[in-house]
Amino acid sequence: MGHSELTGELIPRHLNVRVIAKDNLETFLGGLREFGEVFGPVEKERGAYIYAQLTDVKNVVQDAQRTVLPPKKYLYPQKEELFRFSTQEGYRKPESVDKGRKILFGVHPCDIHGLSILDKVFAGRYHEPRYFDRRDNLIIIGMNCLPDERCFCYSMGTDWVEKGFDLFLTELEDSYFVKIGTSCGEDLVHAQAELFRPVTDEDIQLYKERVNERNKMFVNRVELANLPQILELEYESEVWEELGRKCLSCGACSAVCPTCYCYEVYDVLDLNVETGSRIRRWDACLFKDFAKVAGGHNFREERSTRVKHRFYHKQVTFVEEFGRPSCVGCGRCVTQCPAGINLIDVFKEIRGEKVVHKSAR
Amino acid sequence: MSNQDIYVPQPATLLKKQPMTEYETFYEFKLDSGCELGHGPGQFLEISVPGIGEAPISISSSPTQAGIFQMVVRRVGNVTTALSKLGPGDKVGVRGPFGTKFPVDEVMKGKDILLVCGGIGLVPVRSAINYILDNRRDYGRLTILYGVKTPADRLFAEELAQWKATPEVTVLETVDRGDEAWDGHVGVITTLLPLVQINPAQTIAVICGPPVMYRFVLKELAKMAMEDESIFVSLERRMKCGVGKCGHCQMNDLYVCQKGPVFKYSEIKEVMEAI
Repeated sequence: MGHSELTGELIPRHLNVRVIAKDNLETFLGGLREFGEVFGPVEKERGAYIYAQLTDVKNVVQDAQRTVLPPKKYLYPQKEELFRFSTQEGYRKPESVDKGRKILFGVHPCDIHGLSILDKVFAGRYHEPRYFDRRDNLIIIGMNCLPDERCFCYSMGTDWVEKGFDLFLTELEDSYFVKIGTSCGEDLVHAQAELFRPVTDEDIQLYKERVNERNKMFVNRVELANLPQILELEYESEVWEELGRKCLSCGACSAVCPTCYCYEVYDVLDLNVETGSRIRRWDACLFKDFAKVAGGHNFREERSTRVKHRFYHKQVTFVEEFGRPSCVGCGRCVTQCPAGINLIDVFKEIRGEKVVHKSAR
Repeated sequence: MSNQDIYVPQPATLLKKQPMTEYETFYEFKLDSGCELGHGPGQFLEISVPGIGEAPISISSSPTQAGIFQMVVRRVGNVTTALSKLGPGDKVGVRGPFGTKFPVDEVMKGKDILLVCGGIGLVPVRSAINYILDNRRDYGRLTILYGVKTPADRLFAEELAQWKATPEVTVLETVDRGDEAWDGHVGVITTLLPLVQINPAQTIAVICGPPVMYRFVLKELAKMAMEDESIFVSLERRMKCGVGKCGHCQMNDLYVCQKGPVFKYSEIKEVMEAI
């Protein structure tokens, strides 16, 4: 039996799933505009997908591979105004952030996990109002993607989602199996009920086959079980020095990471030199001055120490704080690193396994 | 004014300002709300100057001094330079207090206290010193070791003289390089430690100074049979947001702005990036 969040009543399992024909999907997405602005993956350049507003639903790429930036950009923008100030009147509490409802279509399981990790980071004693204002207004329609050679979500336990979505689609032959995750998802289906049909035994059979096939498609495996401990033991390993020589400190890995959240804060004055804004912008622990204090001491002067910090924060210290690594195995850092650093290879090296070096690109 | 937003500073007014050395200036503020800051010795604030930015600054006054708070700020960056140009009546923004405190109301009570300060490390420790002196009966012997580069870098010279004249208080000072007028001790801070007699089981030590100082002082304290559990260190990091999110002050898994800046040494001994 399923559980409806809205009513708290138990509803029969078969009501939690539907099927929509692929031919109906664009109509469905178009109809979603009744609920809010609709975003989804589009092809920006050949083979490069980004999340963008679907002003024309025909642009959506239903089977897009990983997008360049993860969906965090809709909750935690690259740059945003924290508040306004004036030299005369001081600091003004911000107007509430953009609370327009957004519907994000085509979110892969790794990215849904990425958002739930950011939820943990921005909650706690110092609750982050801007993030959660947007979060509360985000509707997520997930998509069960097929892995490529850079995906290692399977190892990170993020290849599958049981929650964190309103609807979740899995491709069958010429249709999608639709799992309804929330009462909001139920409303989305209900509003265009004519586009959906009930699930048949045949659909279920096909769905199971698809899911099983997908499980066999993951070629990358990272042994996660004792990775934090091995990393701790190898804190002084030569591998970090070597990586420090290779890394360009460009921060691309952090910018594209679904769970990197570090930021810089600075003031920008208006041209009148009286008023201005305090701005928050994504930062990266790879940048040279990240840990430098005003007196000039840099706690991570060496590039190797910065690369190491990023790896340890993702895989060791985040586990201590939140019970799981902050990596979701999406493969974006592997895709974007201009120096060809592949963290799967790094972990193998740390474990003492032989690594066959190949270009990441 | 209640501030629900974790990033928006509340206004405070500069009351007094006085240069202390070539680079360090003493400031006294009060919150415009009329409320007490509600801090403990060892905590810090994020101070904003509109249009310039925000910087983490230690609080130097004791919470026993009501109605105001004091800071000593070294002029090294944009915010601290802008601060140095303000005058009485000017406004700043304040967030905090943030971070952990020297355990003046916990393990320090009833104990002899050994404070080892280098340079502007005296600034946050002064909050604890005045707190201890204002609650004198709660603590045993107070020993203050203070080292600076040259005699011209000494902070709180008048207060140092007052503390020296207080019964049951020992103040030992040193400079790395003396000048013609200096007739005191010359040498790094660790050269003062052999000059003090402590009962290690009855003593709580606090270290605060430049990053390079800690490992040498810790080594000397170990020689004096001080237990790691009885040593507290206040660590400097780039505490940009103060609320454990921005990442700049991280020391392995620890956000110094939240779990620090005051740490029990035994708790961070194994933290690779700490000392």
